[in-house]
Amino acid sequence: MAVELSHYLLLSAVLFGIGTLGVLTRKNLIIILMSVELMLNAVNLTFISLARHAADQEAQVIVFFVLCVAAAEVAVGLAILISIWRKRGTMNVDALSALRG
Amino acid sequence: MNLNDVMGVLPELIVILTALIAIIVDVAARERNASASQGVTVLGLLVAGVVAIASPAETAMLMSGQVFNDGFASWFRALFCAIGAMTAVFSLVYLKHRNIRLGEYYSLLAMCVFGMMVMGSAANLLLFFVGLETMSISLYVLVGLRRDDSGSVEGSLKYLVLGAFSSAFLLYGMALIYGGIGSLEYVVIGDALRDSTGIGPMTVTGIGLLLVGFAFKISAVPFHFWSPDVYEGAPTTITAFMSTGAKAAAFVGLIRVFGIALAETNEHWVGVLTVLSIVTMTLGNVSALRQTSVKRMLAYSSIAHAGYLLVGIVAGSKAAFAASGFYLIGYALMNLGAFGVLILLNQRGKGDYSIDSLRGMGTVHPVLGLTMAIFMLSLIGIPPTAGFFGKLFVFSAAIERGHLLLAIIGLLNSAVAAYYYLRVISTMYMAKPEGDVAITEPMGYKVALVISSILIIVLGMFPDQLVAALLKAVP
Repeated sequence: MAVELSHYLLLSAVLFGIGTLGVLTRKNLIIILMSVELMLNAVNLTFISLARHAADQEAQVIVFFVLCVAAAEVAVGLAILISIWRKRGTMNVDALSALRG
Repeated sequence: MNLNDVMGVLPELIVILTALIAIIVDVAARERNASASQGVTVLGLLVAGVVAIASPAETAMLMSGQVFNDGFASWFRALFCAIGAMTAVFSLVYLKHRNIRLGEYYSLLAMCVFGMMVMGSAANLLLFFVGLETMSISLYVLVGLRRDDSGSVEGSLKYLVLGAFSSAFLLYGMALIYGGIGSLEYVVIGDALRDSTGIGPMTVTGIGLLLVGFAFKISAVPFHFWSPDVYEGAPTTITAFMSTGAKAAAFVGLIRVFGIALAETNEHWVGVLTVLSIVTMTLGNVSALRQTSVKRMLAYSSIAHAGYLLVGIVAGSKAAFAASGFYLIGYALMNLGAFGVLILLNQRGKGDYSIDSLRGMGTVHPVLGLTMAIFMLSLIGIPPTAGFFGKLFVFSAAIERGHLLLAIIGLLNSAVAAYYYLRVISTMYMAKPEGDVAITEPMGYKVALVISSILIIVLGMFPDQLVAALLKAVP
């Protein structure tokens, strides 16, 4: 069986779904950040396979932009995680309940 | 890229330059003059705003079709610069009293404004995404700026996780639209949808995911749960900035993407947006009613205003987009102003922003009381203020397009909202002041408040000129 575009699209949809579930169900903040990264990379896979299918370079360039943005986001995210750790001493999302109303 | 392209994005270039100079000036002059980088930022943003408004929009597209240079882009560039400058004016007092000594503050603020300007003039979904992320990543840092305050850090983390999560949805929607249509340029997407007889399942899914992403960004119910926490945790100046600037930027994107590029497919999403609009304004208002903190009340009220603004997108006519533009300009003035007064009055408090902290302030500080009253009346939508005409134009555009029910629900909601806004005014004037009420009132700060309240009244008396100008600018 040849690997076709639809297989790649299905794989990236599944990866995106796993990432979404990870964000919604996991309690550890680092795993949540990793899940967000998984979602972004699933999108990258979609772009790459579409680009290859259409022999179009535009989508390949898009992936570079997305990678840069994701890297910047992780850098800021980890910095914020460190200040949470210093402030609360935990990585559990349930501890983040100071703001309510 | 030629000279014409460079001249077209001159406002953006000035803002970036401002961000760079602000951080250098801060390093060089912090010891001698704490307000130096604030001065640079205010000046740079004002210059960029004036350039944006003054430069004629000759060519509609720049950078081989990646950037819009139409009147709509110019108006919003100027609005974002004005919002940034006003936030910078408010910031000095706030930072001083909270003992925040961070040079990157003003630089990040200017970066945020740059991101918003890119969002407003992007003609390509990818460019829009890059602008959005430039704005968001700077905002994540700004929200968490008070590292000693656990609310600030918590708000920042919630914003980061939900922001990145929603960006992933937005991006996945873009990928699927690219797969279905073969381009990310607004104009090409619009043309392709107009020419084709039907659209494939991939494009429909893409539009759906894009809508979810946008709903997160404008904090429409049920995707709003992050925003009250983030708005409460953030430094109040940044709350003011986010609730006006970031919201306006997301709405310009919504107008350009859904209102114009995807207009042909509106039978797929108008129904969803109508429901979102009704739920958003109702839930925002009902939640605002029971808040005791004015800061959190304004956070919920900003959700409600996003609901009113969605009415303009649902209506989807040129008049509706011009009305939304008018509404966004008026809303920026009144909401920034309201937060400005709040910051000044709470400068020595523990920062709880409870409604009781405003007791009797109207009589003790007449200028602040009067301006706050104007901002609140405009937020309710009482004539002759900008808020009244913003609502009037948006709702009448909706009625013109046959969305009578939506307009009626909007009006009912405005009546509900009057209660919590009026409570602020009555507390300020009817109650007796308690304790020590002396505050410092810097001149520039007061001038900014007075100017914005005068502008609100002027826009309320002569709304036609601005609406006509916006109508001409709508793409």
